[in-house]
Amino acid sequence: MTAPGALPISDGRLALSALLILVNVVLSGLLRLGLGRSLLLAASRMVVQLLLVGTVLEWLFRQHNPLTILLLGLVMASIAGVSAVQRTRARFAGIYANSLLSVLASSALITGLAVSGIIRPQPWFAPQYLIPLLGMVLGNTLNGISLGLDRLMEGLTSRREQVEARLSLGASRWEACLEVVRDAIRVGMIPTINSMMVMGLVSLPGMMTGQILQGATPAAAVRYQIVILFMIAAATALGVVGVVLLGYLGLTSREHQLRLDRLRTRT
Amino acid sequence: MPLLEAEGLARQLEGRLLWSDLGFRLEAGDRLGLVGPSGAGKTLLLRQLAWLDPLQRGRILLAGRSPSSWTLPVYRSRVAYLPQRAVAFAGTVEQNLRQVLSYASHRGQAYDAPRILGWLQQLGRGAGFLALAAERLSGGELQLLALLRALQLDPEILLLDEPTASLDPASTERVEALLHQWLARGQRACLLTSHDGAQIERFTGRRLSLTP
Repeated sequence: MTAPGALPISDGRLALSALLILVNVVLSGLLRLGLGRSLLLAASRMVVQLLLVGTVLEWLFRQHNPLTILLLGLVMASIAGVSAVQRTRARFAGIYANSLLSVLASSALITGLAVSGIIRPQPWFAPQYLIPLLGMVLGNTLNGISLGLDRLMEGLTSRREQVEARLSLGASRWEACLEVVRDAIRVGMIPTINSMMVMGLVSLPGMMTGQILQGATPAAAVRYQIVILFMIAAATALGVVGVVLLGYLGLTSREHQLRLDRLRTRT
Repeated sequence: MPLLEAEGLARQLEGRLLWSDLGFRLEAGDRLGLVGPSGAGKTLLLRQLAWLDPLQRGRILLAGRSPSSWTLPVYRSRVAYLPQRAVAFAGTVEQNLRQVLSYASHRGQAYDAPRILGWLQQLGRGAGFLALAAERLSGGELQLLALLRALQLDPEILLLDEPTASLDPASTERVEALLHQWLARGQRACLLTSHDGAQIERFTGRRLSLTP
């Protein structure tokens, strides 16, 4: 693969860049932060994972079978669904299934709509478009889902007395949990809103930087960025609403009971 | 037919059997005192009757019908449970009272200001009480709010967990008088726990003893 525009980085210079991690290591040593080991581990993981992904993507971009690409998308979405749960502080039966379902449905719907309706690559499954876009959508949805789930579980636990007082006075489970559910959805969606707020002022997104280095005009790169942010906002909203509603259903019963006994705090 | 009937209830908590084959009937006008040492499961029994926890064994019938057949929100507005620690919702006392009436199960019931004011007067409070922020009420005042919030729904059964624990003797007497008056107004009954033996003696007609 030849990159038009961007200067290739040789192996020697790549190794040189790794020396930058010494800044972190030295600081950690001087200030006794105790981060030395995790820094080295994180840095090595980053390098290995990216080199691997580079190889995988090179192979992938030569594929012409839509099934292979969709399968890879499915694997990526599943990893996102599982990781979203792994960041939460408590668990309940079905939490993984809820997260997987929410991530898969929201990212498939939004990425599908955006790729087929807005970007329209030829062929429609062109991996150069589909895979990076899906990746960005998944990364953000994952974040929103884990925040929303965490807040839902925390909210139902800390406001248990209020929720049960409402139930005792004849509220349905929906009426009793509405405040907590709303709050959890809001918390899951806020990071996306905040990031749109400062986009371009504080942060220059990685993908835009990449496109510009590759020789795209900033004006063209910006257009991609706008589409992606709208995709992220929509997918995150759908994913968060889905996972919070499924979680609410799982932690209450058809008999309008709050079932915190189904909740297990991680030890 | 009894108002409320419980039969063959059993409850296990972390492997420990709190009670088994427990049953009783509440007829109109009954004031049943629930007594037993701490940890005997008095609160759990009240929660069970309010259907807040899954039923492990036995059955509960309100006017001969199971809670699910009433639908739980309707059942719970007819069998109102007041927890020991009264809970304030956001807003003023009046907003607390009105909010509860907005639930779908109370459709058709409107906020009855004269009735609330009458009750407040009986409890020795003025109309100013309605404008107080509920979350800043004292423990005793909160118990009064919780009682009014439930009474306005015209429940048939009250499940009262230490209803006057945070009240002074004078207010306790007023609450008991209000409860007697509510009982006399129709086919009603109540079940009550209290750490105050004198209150159990004075207020309840029969006792149900939970022994571990």
